[in-house]
Amino acid sequence: MKRIEKLEMKGICKSFVGVKANRNVDLTIEKGDILGLLGENGAGKTTLMNILYGLYMPDEGQVLVNGEPLHLKSPKDSMKAGIGMIHQHFMLIQKHTVLENIALGYAEAPFLFPQKYMRKRIEEYSRKFGLEVDPDKKIWELSAGEQQRVEILKALLRNADLLIMDEPTSVLTPPEADELFEILRKMIGEGHSVILISHKLEEIISICNRVMVMRKGEVTGAAEIKDVTKVDLARMMIGREISASYEKAALEPGDPVLEIASLSVNSDQGLPIVKDFSMTVRRNEILGIAGVSGNGQREMVEAVTGLRRAEKGTVKLQGREVTNKSARTIHNLGINHVPEERIKFGTVANLQLFENSVLKKHHEKPYSTNMLMNYPLIKNHADSIIEKYHVDAASINVPVKNLSGGNMQKLILGREIASEPSLLIAAHPTYGLDVGAAEYIRKELIHARDRGGAVLLVSEDLEELFQVCDKIAVMFEGRIMGIVDPSDCDIDDIGLMMAGTSVGLKGEKN
Amino acid sequence: MTVTILPREKTSALFNALILFGSLLAGLVAVGVVFLAKGINPFFAIGEIFTASFGSAFGFQETLTKAIPLILIGSGLALAYRAKFWNIGAESQLLLGAVFATWIGLKFGPGLPAWAILPLMFLAGFIGGGLWGLIPAIFKVKFGINEVISTLMLNYIAAEFVKFLVVGPWKGETKYGYPYTDDLPTQAILKHLGSTRISLLMLVIAVCTALVLAFLVYRTRFGYEIRVIGENPEAGRYAGIDFFRTSLIMMFISGGVAGLAGVGELSSIHHHLSYPETISAGYGFTAIIVAWLGRLNPGFSILSGLFFAGIIVGGDAIQMSMGLPATTVNVFNGLILIFLITGDFLLNHRVRFQRRVL
Repeated sequence: MKRIEKLEMKGICKSFVGVKANRNVDLTIEKGDILGLLGENGAGKTTLMNILYGLYMPDEGQVLVNGEPLHLKSPKDSMKAGIGMIHQHFMLIQKHTVLENIALGYAEAPFLFPQKYMRKRIEEYSRKFGLEVDPDKKIWELSAGEQQRVEILKALLRNADLLIMDEPTSVLTPPEADELFEILRKMIGEGHSVILISHKLEEIISICNRVMVMRKGEVTGAAEIKDVTKVDLARMMIGREISASYEKAALEPGDPVLEIASLSVNSDQGLPIVKDFSMTVRRNEILGIAGVSGNGQREMVEAVTGLRRAEKGTVKLQGREVTNKSARTIHNLGINHVPEERIKFGTVANLQLFENSVLKKHHEKPYSTNMLMNYPLIKNHADSIIEKYHVDAASINVPVKNLSGGNMQKLILGREIASEPSLLIAAHPTYGLDVGAAEYIRKELIHARDRGGAVLLVSEDLEELFQVCDKIAVMFEGRIMGIVDPSDCDIDDIGLMMAGTSVGLKGEKN
Repeated sequence: MTVTILPREKTSALFNALILFGSLLAGLVAVGVVFLAKGINPFFAIGEIFTASFGSAFGFQETLTKAIPLILIGSGLALAYRAKFWNIGAESQLLLGAVFATWIGLKFGPGLPAWAILPLMFLAGFIGGGLWGLIPAIFKVKFGINEVISTLMLNYIAAEFVKFLVVGPWKGETKYGYPYTDDLPTQAILKHLGSTRISLLMLVIAVCTALVLAFLVYRTRFGYEIRVIGENPEAGRYAGIDFFRTSLIMMFISGGVAGLAGVGELSSIHHHLSYPETISAGYGFTAIIVAWLGRLNPGFSILSGLFFAGIIVGGDAIQMSMGLPATTVNVFNGLILIFLITGDFLLNHRVRFQRRVL
């Protein structure tokens, strides 16, 4: 079979109901390249790669291999063309051995003694690429790094010339990541090529030879790595169009509401992800957390709201220590939380809209008294939320699963903002909303601040942070790189901090 | 041809009812096929089942008698299933209720009047069933052990335990070698209504329990919380619901209610503890279908419990009149459950058959 010398994607366009995920995207990769694909969540990287892997059909544009157009209707076609993809979450059968997983669906194994044949092939490839793995171990016995090696082996044995890797280091420890990079280098030495989807600028600089940056469905930059710096990449990711801040009353920040001191939190993989994190949010203040996603923002919020254990440090709410208290205790002290994964955490799909309108507040008066739910009152409450926050629903009696994503989001936001908490933590509250709804939510956040509340806004949208925040803290690898005043700061400084470089800040005050 | 399965967005009440009756009808048709295979006219046989159970005064009395445990257990199972806790162990929870009540009845019965001993037996029965229900709940929440397996296995343990009691330490002195305990004293026995085998008290308790549990599910904070953790445990965590505590209380109630049914069977029907198959006759399993047919609403268990009690009585009748094996009723029940669950799936999903277009 002919190997992939050059693969091109030309003029790719793809829309999902109303949203343009890819607009006229061009991509070229040649034999021996490691191409970094960089961009925020929702920038369109995954859509583009799914098109290349045959999961989606593009609306427009084409894929060419060695100059010949390729019709990719399913992952089968892509595999046949020599394209392999390794997803962030591994597609392995936990209770089967490495050998069995690799053999699964492998067409070339002979009818007789397939085990012997597979073992030979696995050994051969392991040696060639430095992919050490015991073929007789069960998947569940392996570390994340070893599981990833199994996935790579699986792809290579299926003759993948071009390997797409979706955030491969997000589940790895730093030494494991270094080993992975060694493997990738060996692969390109053998004439393979790799597309690496990543949020981590450091990583892209150290392993890739070319990089392409996407933002809002478009390519905002493509370059040879030797010609760019981390700061250039950060700039391409965040864009330059920062519009004026919303009008808001000049208020002096009041007493501290949330005080976090030396907080350390582990990720789902048990690796430290928030490290020695300290921060204060005050009354009448919106503090924004900027940063490339995956730098510990989510875990920090979960630790503060009682959903994740803090390993070290303290969290104080209005002077009271709440470190590792239950989610309910913390909520009762006046924190409301718009979670990042709203649909998963914030709603119960099969319960009716009005029942969802009091989730997390259902134990409080007046929604329930003496263990009894006051449903007539809850229904009024639901009515007022859908009216005030323009939730488009047939009635308050429909199961929430019948609502569109945007409307579910508005329902949760309405629920969390309406009760006037002393601290509102909102993670990506406008992500995926249309312009009008997003603007409404931003104004509500400012309203909550003017009312005397404290707001902690985690967002990837710098524009949004500049519009509403009184202060912006930039988070990188679990730490705060610096805190800036959005009315008086240089966007390049933010770019630098997002890339992990600390700068002497003129607007800094803490 | 390709088959695509998509979640169904909207379901109207009418569609819901149509699916329910459609599944019942399909179940009956399937049962009819079984009769046909045995060379029996299915219309006649199915007609016979319902006339035997609902058509005569005597038949209806028997139906009511058997409906009591089914309503009790079915409503308790509906509660557990609301929390997506698949309790298959009601049979053993019933047995433990009967064991606890026997102990109280034999030990304290002789010295106490009826108004004191009966409430004590009900309390003991509830606690017995409830504690037995707690075991799988703790296993699940603490160690992640699948509750279907643990509740099912606990059925065997409870059954062997009861056998051990009735042939061993609790074997009755007046029973001359039979595997029974001694009879409960008269004041510990529930009176029947006239010449029937219906205990009016048990009937009232069953209906009230079902209504109270329906109230619990749909009107109280606890009910709200079990529905939230059942539908989306992550959202329950976010909402600060204590998964451990809620699951334990829920299973204590679910098991306890089955325990009450055990007290009823013991005190109203058998008067002594004997072999597990005698005490329960599979009520704990039939009640699973009762809960499903009642759409997991404990209140509807009253109607679905009556329906399945009718099938048991009618099944007994045709077993005698047509010479069918005793397991016919199990076939009947099993087929109806399969169609009910299929109906549920169709209620929530759309299935589309398409010719593959290239």
